[in-house]
Amino acid sequence: MSDWPLWEVFVRARRGLSHVHAGSLHAPDAEMALRNARDLYTRRQEGVSVWVVPAAQITASSPDERDAFFDPAADKVYRHPTFYDVPEGVQHL
Amino acid sequence: MYGNDFGAPSDDPGREATTQVLDVFDELLAGDGRVEPRDAMPEAYRKTLIRQIAQHAHSEIIGMQPEGNWISRAPSLRRKAILMAKVQDEAGHGLYLYAAAETLGVDRADLLDQLHSGRQKYSSIFNYPTLSWADVGAIGWLVDGAAIVNQVPLCRCSYGPYARAMVRVCKEESFHQRQGFEILHTLSHGTPAQRAMAQDAVDRYWLPSLMMFGPPDDDSPNSAQSMAWGIKRFSNDDLRQRFVDMTVPQAEALGLTLPDDGIAWSEQRGHYDYSPIDFTELFEVIKGNGPCNEQRMAHRTGAHSDGAWVREAATAYAAKAAARVSAA
Repeated sequence: MSDWPLWEVFVRARRGLSHVHAGSLHAPDAEMALRNARDLYTRRQEGVSVWVVPAAQITASSPDERDAFFDPAADKVYRHPTFYDVPEGVQHL
Repeated sequence: MYGNDFGAPSDDPGREATTQVLDVFDELLAGDGRVEPRDAMPEAYRKTLIRQIAQHAHSEIIGMQPEGNWISRAPSLRRKAILMAKVQDEAGHGLYLYAAAETLGVDRADLLDQLHSGRQKYSSIFNYPTLSWADVGAIGWLVDGAAIVNQVPLCRCSYGPYARAMVRVCKEESFHQRQGFEILHTLSHGTPAQRAMAQDAVDRYWLPSLMMFGPPDDDSPNSAQSMAWGIKRFSNDDLRQRFVDMTVPQAEALGLTLPDDGIAWSEQRGHYDYSPIDFTELFEVIKGNGPCNEQRMAHRTGAHSDGAWVREAATAYAAKAAARVSAA
């Protein structure tokens, strides 16, 4: 059983929302992963669409590099509208 | 598990927490932050979580047995459908939890091996038999009720994947508790024989349910560390008291009594008093001397080996289908 690959499961709760990570499971192939995902993560109609992705295929950023990796955005407060002074009385800006 | 977002095995030098790394971990906990799979963490924290989550997962799947015992004899189609859904939920809870444990760098197959060989435990409550239909009600009301009190604080556990699994589990458990309460309510308002059956079930399950919260605080060696790590949020005795306070009025609504003459409202404490518990039984059951320990384990290992051909067939089918695709 340990040989069965791991799959990450993403569920779209309803139309108009994006798929969100729900959890993971083991399955021998994609089709079984999809069926198992339905039985495991949507027993109460939690979803209208399910994705399964082989966990080994996901490339993730490393928490050790978190600071360095996300650093470039840290000193760019001017990307937020709250950075700017708006004169008194100016509306719809 | 979360993609490749988990640590390498424990020989990974990165996991050997350096002082600097521990500072980050302590800071995270101090700010009530969440620890996520690939974060550096003290090895003892990781081991404690693996032990606790695995034991929790094992409890969920062993817990399918006492109730599964009554599926074929449920008194109506409605009750049967409900009970099947509930037992199916327990399997699901086990799977959520095994997946959470795997984010800590262990394999589900290894955890199952450890359960089967007796190296890891499951909750002692499942070593009691379900002698009557009313026991299914008592398990839902009392055992799942106690589980909810234990588990709600775990939704805020410091380890993210465990906390998220518990959010799902807790949502589903409230149906379990209500269906149990409804079974007992129906029986307690039925014939005298049905009423007696309900009372007998409550009499037998009350004390084992109280013991589910574990030994008293002054005899619970790991509690302090688990609380410091944000794995545990309230002490065993505090949770037990919360359960008693919640359950006494519900018993009154059922028209059933709890088998303890010492239960009385304490104006002074603002809680219900209850008699001191003799924990000898709990420790005996944990040691393996409960009424159903052997039966539960025999059934579990039997189900695992009986299912081997299904796993093999699925693996063979997947290999054949993959070969067909690569040949095309």
